[in-house]
Amino acid sequence: MSENNEMTLIVKAESVNESFVRSTVAAFCVPLNPTLDEITDIKTAVSEAVTNCVVHAYPFGDGEIIINVKLVHNEVIVKISDKGVGIVDINKAIEPFYTTKPNEERSGMGFTVMESFMDTMKVTQNKGKGITVHMTKKIEGDKLKIVGG
Amino acid sequence: MKIDSRLYNGVLYVNLSGELDEYNASLAKDKLDEMFQKSGFNQIVIDLSELDFMDSTGIGMLIGRYKKMKVVNKKMYVCNPSKHVDRIFKMTGLYEIMPLIA
Repeated sequence: MSENNEMTLIVKAESVNESFVRSTVAAFCVPLNPTLDEITDIKTAVSEAVTNCVVHAYPFGDGEIIINVKLVHNEVIVKISDKGVGIVDINKAIEPFYTTKPNEERSGMGFTVMESFMDTMKVTQNKGKGITVHMTKKIEGDKLKIVGG
Repeated sequence: MKIDSRLYNGVLYVNLSGELDEYNASLAKDKLDEMFQKSGFNQIVIDLSELDFMDSTGIGMLIGRYKKMKVVNKKMYVCNPSKHVDRIFKMTGLYEIMPLIA
């Protein structure tokens, strides 16, 4: 069975919202019948993108994070955006172990984790302010199907 | 998240339980630093069996603790990671500084 569906969440850029966002996105993907590993991959990638917004996007005050998720056939399409300060050099930012905050014990592995756990990942500058992280993942799901049930 | 420790035969056993993300990392950092100030051990074993979720923020926090312990010649090990946590450790090369033990 395939599902086409879409949701958008807007939350304040606070770390307390990370668990809520990743759990909500995971729950939204359930109709595609993902495996536990697939759900964990999506939760981890979403958490990384939200963390980036919380840590980097709004150094001068409050801001919001916009999470858009589409289910198209057996694919999950995630866009996570902010309206913050943006990234000066996106190519540099996605390099493994690169961090602009080495004194804060940052691993610099956030984008690498997103790339590894999803099928595709790209980062774009928004026309207004901030960035958007675009990620997709095909859900293979549980291969065990009930035949004629 | 919940963090417990017990000292046995010169080893500090630490149990991380729950979700280690940006929200919990600061609390975990403070708690571990407090535990690591105890005397009577020269090795630390972090049990990950009850760690339900971790992202790269947790990696950064653990590397920070490793660096502090390296200065005082105390070795850190980890055990019982879930498949998900194991993958993050392998991806980031964390086992090279914090070996996996059975």
